[in-house]
Amino acid sequence: MNDLHLWLIPLVPFAGFLVNGLLGRKFPKPVVTAVALIGALIPLLQVSALVFRFSSLTLPYIENLGTWILAGSFHANFSFQLDQLSLVMLCVVTGVGFLIHIYSVGYMGEEEGYWRFFAYMNLFMFFMLTLVLAENFLLMFVGWEGVGLASYLLIGFYFTRPAAANAGKKAFIVNRIGDFGFLLAMFLLIAHFGTLSFNEIFSQIGSHPAWQGGFLTAIGLFLLLGATGKSAQIPLYVWLPDAMEGPTPVSALIHAATMVTAGVYMIARTHVIFDRSAFALGAVAIIGTATAFFAATIGIVQTDIKRVLAYSTISQLGYMFLGCGVAAYSSGIFHLVTHAFFKALLFLAAGSVIHALSGEQDMRAMGGLRTKIPITFWTMTAAVFAISGFPPLAGFVSKDEILYQAFISPNGGKVFWAVGLLTAGLTSFYMFRLWYLTFFGERRTHDAAREEDLAAVHARSDTKLTLEAEPHAHPVHESPWVMLGPLVILAILSVIGGFMGWPEGLGGSNWFSHFLEPAVKVVRLPFEQASVALATGAANTLNVSPAGSKQVELVLALISTLVALTGWFIAHILYFAKPELPARLASQIRALYSLLSHKYCVDELYGAVIVAPILFVARWLLAALVERGVIDGGTLTAGYTAQGLGALVARIQSGNIRSYAGWLALFGAIVLASSYFGWTALWFSR
Amino acid sequence: MVPISYYLVLSAILFSIGVAAFLIKRNIITVFMSIELMLNAVNLTFVAFSHQWSQVTGHLQVNGQIFVFFVMVVAAAEAAVGLAIIIAIFRARNTLNVDSIDLMKL
Repeated sequence: MNDLHLWLIPLVPFAGFLVNGLLGRKFPKPVVTAVALIGALIPLLQVSALVFRFSSLTLPYIENLGTWILAGSFHANFSFQLDQLSLVMLCVVTGVGFLIHIYSVGYMGEEEGYWRFFAYMNLFMFFMLTLVLAENFLLMFVGWEGVGLASYLLIGFYFTRPAAANAGKKAFIVNRIGDFGFLLAMFLLIAHFGTLSFNEIFSQIGSHPAWQGGFLTAIGLFLLLGATGKSAQIPLYVWLPDAMEGPTPVSALIHAATMVTAGVYMIARTHVIFDRSAFALGAVAIIGTATAFFAATIGIVQTDIKRVLAYSTISQLGYMFLGCGVAAYSSGIFHLVTHAFFKALLFLAAGSVIHALSGEQDMRAMGGLRTKIPITFWTMTAAVFAISGFPPLAGFVSKDEILYQAFISPNGGKVFWAVGLLTAGLTSFYMFRLWYLTFFGERRTHDAAREEDLAAVHARSDTKLTLEAEPHAHPVHESPWVMLGPLVILAILSVIGGFMGWPEGLGGSNWFSHFLEPAVKVVRLPFEQASVALATGAANTLNVSPAGSKQVELVLALISTLVALTGWFIAHILYFAKPELPARLASQIRALYSLLSHKYCVDELYGAVIVAPILFVARWLLAALVERGVIDGGTLTAGYTAQGLGALVARIQSGNIRSYAGWLALFGAIVLASSYFGWTALWFSR
Repeated sequence: MVPISYYLVLSAILFSIGVAAFLIKRNIITVFMSIELMLNAVNLTFVAFSHQWSQVTGHLQVNGQIFVFFVMVVAAAEAAVGLAIIIAIFRARNTLNVDSIDLMKL
């Protein structure tokens, strides 16, 4: 039983990172490729082995490798945990991760720093797998910080471009704010439980039914702050759109499929804490819903293909939070899995489009690519239909599951459901907008886009356009099979992935949520139900336990399909049937359009309210006064004093032997005289 | 029987002459000879005390005399190296005046 060797899963990519990172510069490209792919493949094989022998395992399986920190009664171990939840995450991370590694071989083939890219990718895999496998908060935090580091390195991969370097910094700093919440949560956990082990904390909570709210709410809210940072939710989502400066495979792997889902995973992992705090759980749901809607509205007007996908990612992560926030953790995780499939696919397909157009990212300069890059088109189509929520594709099943769970949840679930449904419509609209703009109509050129740009309210993306449009323009070409292969596999997964959790309302068995149930089962206590009822008003008192039925599920599925169809229909009219309409519409509702295209000015607001004062304090108070005045001044004074004294004393060393001898004789005589007459005699004899 | 104080006074006089010569003389060889003088003044004290100690205890005490041998060996070695250095300096700088040999200052 003790032969699972979980520690190998993260350590193999780490070995790949070390080999490529230290020696990769000297390796020929095939060797770098081989090392990186092996580093991603071995964990995948190991996870597959785990899946095959899954039924014979007793879960949760905990592998303790030794003590890490021992301080008084507190200790933290190097211990890994395998249960249903971490197994699902392992499958996603290693599976999608490996596919994207393969894709990157094609996409990054001609880039400078090929070895560096793959070293970072393996480093990311190492930290992500550590995060997923960790059995205590501290080890999870190591992975948590580590993926942030890898993300920083990869966003800033083209570090000679200031935009990329700044985006990397922004991502890292915003993430640090979330990490601060995570740290505070850990401190509270240590203070209250004296341990950071998941199982010990959860069993302590389980044996104290009276613990409700209070410090658990505080811990939950701090954990939520951490999750909003990593998973790009309001108020810390601002880094994700900028993270699109990184290479496209990075956007697919880190900023869509895996790393950003860490917050969702963390909430599901620590659900025992959230279950005991209706307030914290409500906050998760509200943040998730608000983010889903907010990001979707911004996504409507973006013109950079990757930015549309970035806002779409934020929006979909909002759905996952909503799922977790209504205590339907398995549906949140289910959406995480299906989203990993179709969003990775969308990004990789977008990368393939960008590759085909030699670096063009502006959708206004695309169009008519359907026949030129057919495989990319068909795989992207699968992803677009999946994310828009058309049955029976993966996105429909998981999103509908979340909406259904929100609908039947007691705490204002109908509102969450309504906003979620509206967001689903918006999702469908902006995804089909992207689809039509990219693949249909006539090929538009840059100049047209530029004129339109000046005419419309856009001014911001202009500088970017010139940067992106690299001069090495080839004719439009389909990508090589090393890139298309992962696309096809992900497309198949996006189509059939939903059947893992086909809802009972539509004749399925919802296998996925039954599978996850042991890991994320909500133990509702009578006491808590009462408090929930108190918190939400008496109206729901009788309706506390989820009271859904197959009929409700079926009706909701029909409604959301209709909404998705509506979104498609509007996009069809605006971007296919009457392509001149959007510009007219934009000029008619100029204020709203301007607000959306400036992303609600959140970046500007943060810049003015948070960044500018901090920079002011840093520049004038800390840098000018403290740094240059106190610290530099102090050390410089000390230095110059020592130098001056030294210069004075150095005159004794004249190089003249007889003067040395004279000093020696003089002080020898003083020593002799003083030892003969005594020290006091020397000092006080007159 | 010569009292020990005679030896010590003689030794002190010799040592003082050595110190004075070291400070006053400018020729390196003379300076070198004054060092030898100081060493041998010390040797004389060692031997005098050794003898005195034997008288007091009633049997032979050789510690001081063995010290003297050590000092003489070191002095011989020093002379060999020192004279070689002096020759090298003379060849290089054509002078033996210590005041003009002050390379080792800051």
